[in-house]
Amino acid sequence: MAKVMGLTGKVMGLNGNAAVAYAMKQINPDVIAAYPITPQTDCVERFAEYVSEGLVNTQFVTVESEHSAMSACIGAAAAGGRVMTATAANGLALMWEMLYIASSMRLPIVMMVTNRALSGNINIHCDHSDTMGARDAGWIQLFSENAQEAYDNIIQAVKIAEDLEVRLPVMVTQDGFIISHAVEQVKVLDDDLVQEFVGAYKPAYPLLDVTHPVTYGPLDLFDYYFEHKRSQIEAIDNCFPVIRRVGEEFGKISGRKYDLLETYKLEDAEYVVVALGSTCGTAKEAVNLLREKGKKVGLLKIRCFRPFPKEEIIKALVPRRGVAVLDRSVSFGGFGGPVFTEIRSALCDAPARPFIIDFFYGLGGRDIYVEDIEKALLQIEDVVQKGQVDQYIGYLGLRE
Amino acid sequence: MSKLKGWKELTPGGIITEAGNAREYKTGDWRTERPQVNKEKCINCLFCWAYCPDASVIVDADKGVMVGFDYDHCKGCGICASTCPAKAIDMIPER
Repeated sequence: MAKVMGLTGKVMGLNGNAAVAYAMKQINPDVIAAYPITPQTDCVERFAEYVSEGLVNTQFVTVESEHSAMSACIGAAAAGGRVMTATAANGLALMWEMLYIASSMRLPIVMMVTNRALSGNINIHCDHSDTMGARDAGWIQLFSENAQEAYDNIIQAVKIAEDLEVRLPVMVTQDGFIISHAVEQVKVLDDDLVQEFVGAYKPAYPLLDVTHPVTYGPLDLFDYYFEHKRSQIEAIDNCFPVIRRVGEEFGKISGRKYDLLETYKLEDAEYVVVALGSTCGTAKEAVNLLREKGKKVGLLKIRCFRPFPKEEIIKALVPRRGVAVLDRSVSFGGFGGPVFTEIRSALCDAPARPFIIDFFYGLGGRDIYVEDIEKALLQIEDVVQKGQVDQYIGYLGLRE
Repeated sequence: MSKLKGWKELTPGGIITEAGNAREYKTGDWRTERPQVNKEKCINCLFCWAYCPDASVIVDADKGVMVGFDYDHCKGCGICASTCPAKAIDMIPER
């Protein structure tokens, strides 16, 4: 058992799914309702073992579909329980209507999504089409770069979701297979410390409080629906301080502090690559190699995609000359991928905005190499030097 | 219905915290035509009361007579007018 940065805890060999299952065991929620789907299966299987071994008090509901999984989570959360689940790809798509209901009812459900390409054709490997499709569903979305971050994010997600200023569901993602099935050294916290960090759950308006009866999800027509959506917009926009505070508090107990974004060699960078998830690790190596060749390059990693940290992104990107955005999902018929669209929109009114181009990559689990990211950075350098964009949308690792 | 609230005054998630407040929701404002009874023609057969799908025909139970309509909840469907054997109910367009 190794000491971690002078703090308690130990290092375990865990893949991303196992790291999240371990965090769920330590959180010991009241209810988990989940349905197995590749590449998330490993996570709920491990949790089921914890249940059968009596290591948790969780009511584990084995439902017949993901639609039922999210429905059961909504019911359990409205009843007043601390509730978690996990899914991937088509499973997330089957939850679609329930995702919106969970966030509309302001239920602090925490869900791990192991990112996988949506069909068709059928594919079980990583891309972000599943969670990017759910980006408008009113959930907070935190992306993880590796198994350690998936573990850390799940624990923070509970505290963020349940904060009385927030009370919204949180989705924590990890890239399918790349993170979920690759064993890493993961520094885990002591059980007691996790329990102390997440604290005892205080439900707001629980259905089981029979002395204060409430109604969830009533008919809401043209007279009030709009006002309810406006208050939901306010709720998610107000999450930034809580996400940051929880990230700082987590840093104090673990030595690993979290923010909305992470920057890598960005201070003096002229050309920046923007990415989410496991690709950020690859991008850091590409930045290192180009720095050795004297190129002023850096990485902006987006950890929190919903709510979208516009102000911080403007601050990080406005002083740059060129930005290459990496999108691991397509918005068919749109102007670039979802990350590109959002970043361009955020920088639209900036006084001296950089050139911004987009690259689709990694769809259906296609590998992304260090050389691909170097190519993207060299291409944006070329755009800046020419002073014009010939091609806004490019592809990395695609055969012509 | 009392004055409509602004978005800042709402409960999180639109949760209803008072029991039985559906009573305050007046659904009669959907109506495009209102039934009007001519008591000189009315024979108090109570067909309108029996057929009304929304319990919006008011009856004096002690006297067994049809008194009028609950316009807070009547949707103006016109079933009362069409079933009235005495043709005592007219449907008047709402302005």
